Amino acid sequence: MSEQLHDVRLHVNGSVHEVQVPARRLLSDALRHDCGLTGTHVGCEHGVCGACTVLVDGAPVRSCLMFAVSAVDAEITTVEGLTESDGTAQGRLSPVQQGFMDCHGLQCGFCTPGFLTTITAGLRENPDPTEDEARDMIAGNLCRCTGYQNIVKSVLRAAEIERERGGDQ
Amino acid sequence: MKPAPFAFLRPAALEEALAALAREPGAKVLAGGQSLVPLLSMRLAAPSMLVDINALPDLGHVSVDAAGVRIGALARHAHVLASAEAAEVQPLLAMALSHVAHPTIRNRGTTVGSLVHADAAAEMPMVLRLLEGSVDVASVRGRRTVPAAELFAGPLESTLAHDEIAVEAFFPALPAGAGVAFAEIARRHGDYALVGVAAMVETEGGEVVRARLGYVSVSDVPVVVDVTDALDDPAGKALADLEPAEDIHATAAYRAHLVKVLTPRVLADAIHHARQKTAQRKKS
Repeated sequence: MSEQLHDVRLHVNGSVHEVQVPARRLLSDALRHDCGLTGTHVGCEHGVCGACTVLVDGAPVRSCLMFAVSAVDAEITTVEGLTESDGTAQGRLSPVQQGFMDCHGLQCGFCTPGFLTTITAGLRENPDPTEDEARDMIAGNLCRCTGYQNIVKSVLRAAEIERERGGDQ
Repeated sequence: MKPAPFAFLRPAALEEALAALAREPGAKVLAGGQSLVPLLSMRLAAPSMLVDINALPDLGHVSVDAAGVRIGALARHAHVLASAEAAEVQPLLAMALSHVAHPTIRNRGTTVGSLVHADAAAEMPMVLRLLEGSVDVASVRGRRTVPAAELFAGPLESTLAHDEIAVEAFFPALPAGAGVAFAEIARRHGDYALVGVAAMVETEGGEVVRARLGYVSVSDVPVVVDVTDALDDPAGKALADLEPAEDIHATAAYRAHLVKVLTPRVLADAIHHARQKTAQRKKS
């Protein structure tokens, strides 16, 4: 029996992806398999670990808890969409990405895309978090390598970079 | 960890959604999906059709007046939590919502969806019961209002018929002289509570005339205990009514211990809140 496919138009990182998916295709899988954007990682697949977090209309959402067919009206940002354009082919790391690099905020890197998207939105809401607020910001994401200390430092460093860059724009 | 196949409908009008549910006995409503999608992925549920209500108009409201707070079926937890007016009229809403999962889940999950998901480990069903609120439901047969006391049938089971959609919830305002409080213990803030407790007390001339407590995760339905006649030993009264169960997160004895610790604390907080509110009213 072949499953019915739905034509879905996804808006991801400013580009349009026309995909044909069964209704049960999770947004996380659609991004990875149908759009080819493998930056979004799939961990627990039931909303606990936070690895698959993407921004839906700017707000962090678990992409494993949404169906692609439900995402038609949304503007989605994945980790691939965080890099800023600076005229070069690679672009420049966003403040949050740079903060992770500066502070050794990742080891194996599996959970990192979910942290980056979550913190990007978190800093938009609170550009100058205290250490406690930084911890609270990442409380919904699991990391099994770092022990979180360096991720907390990365959040604070990212806020700092954001302020520095704000000055030179 | 992938859902079983289902047919999918994303109607643009409520009538269309209701007609589909009436036609398809195995259909299920998809709102925020933060509880439903894990159930589907773990194949604990396999509906024949999902009716996605996210494109329906006019269901995203959080409207506040002197009577209370009305929350539309598509209002996300985050939206309700962000409403200063709602928190002013019924402070228990914000107190409890800040414990509902993590912010990322609250961005998508809906308050009304959480109510009719009827999870005894969730905060909002208990809060609706404690505040004696109600849910408005629609079907092809028309609309009706279901009081919170008649909403919960069993574990993860509401009394809604399969073809009904909960379109709006009503949380009554905090009456004059009343106070509320909330506390819960979870392994991580935002995780399911091992035990959660809310209290609502009503006072007259500073004296408590009615005191009720609601419990999360200590029963298989959202439960409320009246402790008006047991103010000196509210936890004893509550434990006589409750039967905390054991699961992988906590033993029954530990849950009973948490009930003993949290009950007097939350009750005292609510009484303090009532007196504070009364003093504020006198000033203004």
